[in-house]
Amino acid sequence: MTVVPRTSALSHANASGTGCADRPVIVEHGQREVFCGLTSIIWLHRKIQDAFFLVVGSRTCAHLIQSAAGVMIFAEPRFATAIIDERDLAGLADVNEELDRVVAQLLSRRPDIRMLFLVGSCPSEVIKLDLPRAAQRLSRTHAPAVKILSYSGSGIETTFTQGEDACLTALVNELPQETDAAIPSLLVVGSLAEVVEDQLNRLFASLGTFDVAFLPPRKAEALPAVGPNTRFLLAQPFLTDTARALTERGGRHLPASFPLGARGTTDWLHAAAQAFDVPDAHFRDVTRAGEERAKRALEPHRFRLAGKSVFFFPDSQLEIPLARFLSEELGMVPLEVGSPYLNRRIMAAEIDRLPASVQLSEGQDVDRQLDRCKAAKPDLVVCGLGLANPLEAQGLTTKWSIELLFAPTQGYDQAGDLAALFSRPFERRARLEVPGCN
Amino acid sequence: MQLTLWTYEGPPHVGAMRIATAMKNVHYVLHAPQGDTYADLMFTMIERRDRRPPVTYTTFQARDLGSDTAELFKRSVVEAHDRHRPDLMIVGASCTAELIQDDPGGLAAGLDLPIPVVPLELPAYQKKENWGAAETFYQIVRALTKRPHQVAASDERRQDRRPRCNLLGPTALGFRHRDDVVEITRLVATLGIDINVIAPLDASPADIARLCDADFNIVLYPEIAMNAATYLKRTFGQPMTKTVPIGVGATMDFIDELGALAGIDTTEARATLGSRLPWYSRSVDSTYLTGKRVFIFGDASHVVAAARVAAKELGFTVAGLGTYSREFAREVRAAAESYGVEALITDDYLAVEERVQELQPELVLGTQMERHIAKRLGIPCAVISAPVHVQDFPARYSPQMGFEGANVLFDTWVHPLMMGLEEHLLAMFRTDFEFQDGAAPSHLGPGRVDATSAAVAAEPPLPAAANSTAETLEGPVAPKWADDAETELRKIPFFVRGKARRNTERFATDRGVTTISIETLYDAKAHYSR
Ligand code: SF4
Repeated sequence: MTVVPRTSALSHANASGTGCADRPVIVEHGQREVFCGLTSIIWLHRKIQDAFFLVVGSRTCAHLIQSAAGVMIFAEPRFATAIIDERDLAGLADVNEELDRVVAQLLSRRPDIRMLFLVGSCPSEVIKLDLPRAAQRLSRTHAPAVKILSYSGSGIETTFTQGEDACLTALVNELPQETDAAIPSLLVVGSLAEVVEDQLNRLFASLGTFDVAFLPPRKAEALPAVGPNTRFLLAQPFLTDTARALTERGGRHLPASFPLGARGTTDWLHAAAQAFDVPDAHFRDVTRAGEERAKRALEPHRFRLAGKSVFFFPDSQLEIPLARFLSEELGMVPLEVGSPYLNRRIMAAEIDRLPASVQLSEGQDVDRQLDRCKAAKPDLVVCGLGLANPLEAQGLTTKWSIELLFAPTQGYDQAGDLAALFSRPFERRARLEVPGCN
Repeated sequence: MQLTLWTYEGPPHVGAMRIATAMKNVHYVLHAPQGDTYADLMFTMIERRDRRPPVTYTTFQARDLGSDTAELFKRSVVEAHDRHRPDLMIVGASCTAELIQDDPGGLAAGLDLPIPVVPLELPAYQKKENWGAAETFYQIVRALTKRPHQVAASDERRQDRRPRCNLLGPTALGFRHRDDVVEITRLVATLGIDINVIAPLDASPADIARLCDADFNIVLYPEIAMNAATYLKRTFGQPMTKTVPIGVGATMDFIDELGALAGIDTTEARATLGSRLPWYSRSVDSTYLTGKRVFIFGDASHVVAAARVAAKELGFTVAGLGTYSREFAREVRAAAESYGVEALITDDYLAVEERVQELQPELVLGTQMERHIAKRLGIPCAVISAPVHVQDFPARYSPQMGFEGANVLFDTWVHPLMMGLEEHLLAMFRTDFEFQDGAAPSHLGPGRVDATSAAVAAEPPLPAAANSTAETLEGPVAPKWADDAETELRKIPFFVRGKARRNTERFATDRGVTTISIETLYDAKAHYSR
């Protein structure tokens, strides 16, 4: 294998900004087949290990989290639902008093909890239950043992990963102010698997002597400081409000692509390197080994995936960075790339690098999109769990998208794993010799 | 407001979805926000259906509120009708839409669709999934069956044909409904009775209209079909079966009931049909099943039936039973009384966990939730009821009902116990170098034990230690175990060890013994032996 010089990646990272203004985007306002923001709790509760997520909602909300989590019943999960019932609605019980009672009950069961998130839902919002106020009130009651925050994960306000955005936005308001003497530091924003954080930490440490912190932290008690000396990199593409809140706190966003694949990771790291004046030569020395390893890991998958077409249904807002990765690094041909919400600014560096033939879409009208998908006859469909088996039954090959959030996929040493998530459906098809399976 | 970790049932509109998805040519327009579309995955992933449920969600957002959610709903109904061309439309609201009070039924009626439209009122803040399924099925039956005066007197029709019945209750996402239907259909045919309609599973709206052509109804799942069957009885005079044919005895009773309802002689059928369960249960190999203490939890019908099988057909002792089906609490209480225990009527998972811990049964028959409780406590478990899991849709034929169902019950309930015995025998040889006590019982979850954690895992999870949260031992300090007593305790099979430890500790505490010796252990054993 010849080693391809990695020039294009660097030049591209600087060419962002013009983006998709001239690209036609299908914008739809029909039926959306996506989870609501509550779903983010499934990974957030595992990420922040001393936090608890209390959804204030209905039986539907409780059922959603339980179903989306699979029947993964842990010893005792760090999430629960305070189910509103007719007594609360009929005014027979004071909803705020009820909430206080439930929170007290929960905290007495779980003395290990340091941070409690009250998570708003559609019902709590429609009945105008003021959770920010409740959080303040309860914080006073339970201080200093427990800090109580709130955010909305409701389906009328948020889509799937926007739940993490809302949660982190709430956290940003709690971050301590950095001291006046603070030296420039880097904040990496968005949930990452611990193994990925550790790898990135090692890379940053070799790059230079700046401080690096992650949001969300592993422990709610270890919140990083923020201020005018904070530079932040988004590790996830769905953090629009978090980025805004950090900017308001004085932080400076480092625009970059997302750390998916070899080039994606290099570009992402390079944005940090530039912000901290790391000399290019040193940057190349530090990243060369990882990037080459990632490329080697991608090679067998490239062999399987190159030239294959792919169609993305909107789900997590990861669709555009993933399509960039699949086309640029694995030679796949994205047809339609749907996203529940298209943040052109954050996505600029990614959209620029998608082939001109890609059709972007924002929002959804699921029946129409299914029609387009069937007409396009893609080799691979990336979609949610509700659609995957029905599409398979029609002869299409699918990859269900929720795994792309649960599995560690960012950084050099996960590039091969990420590619494998897309090549496995093809490999499976190739292996199976069962009637009715083409 | 109720603190809920896990729910046994979804909201009532999920029950409605189970009916719509079971049927043919029906479409459900649900006024609901986008997140509620999660329900689709239960049908496509858990049940592995090859089609999306026939449900259109309006997926209104905050910006639609107050302005045009009603318009959005109407547009969704019209578009769904144009696209799917169903023979029947059902419309309703999920929890959020219930609060914004758009009146889906009224809005849909105003559209003058050329098909029947059944509006559903499913109070999401009071009721749950099974109630929603029962109500939906009832409303559909009520709307589509003919009026009584349109039906000829049944006696005339009965003259020169075989007796005929409906099979009511099987739905999408039902616990073994797919196979129960096959088993009961066969049984009914063997008796010389025809099946008129099976509903809602695979029934079309036209089939529902024909329900009144049957002589009587078989209520397979009372939680789902009781309301509809009661209506059919009231309206068309169709009697219904009362026995749920789970277990050999219940299946025999069911046959008798069918005989009476259909006016046929079932003596021969009773004599020739049967299950392997009775002989397997009588064979000496099963002696060790005698008096095994079992805890039973699930939906009402499965629990009542399971208790009978456990007590009468396997010779277990019913140590406790309960249900999350509040609608059928009376039936479950009555059953519990007949076994001399108090029924646990709750949908609080933590209360169930507490009861299991208290009772220390030797076998748990429950739902997937109890399976997790049992796993944590190191107690063998078999699943007998919804809520369902992907494992509850096995590739093989695996009914719960009828004679084959009884065979399945014998295998699936006894197997975990046999494995328990086998593990104990293995453990008795643990000093042999091939065996290692550190290996967790292989049938109780991941048996992987790495070298470093072997010492910790050597003792399979013990209730007192295994659960750090639900149980706080209050009052006097728990007595200590002397080393030799602890060693002796390990010689007791792990599946009763938890009970032994607990009884001994209680015995010691009651007598102010602070250190448990081997003597204390055996004194306690004598004290508690019955
Ligand atoms: S969409 Fe709304 S009501 Fe439905 S689960 Fe999400 S927050 Fe709850």
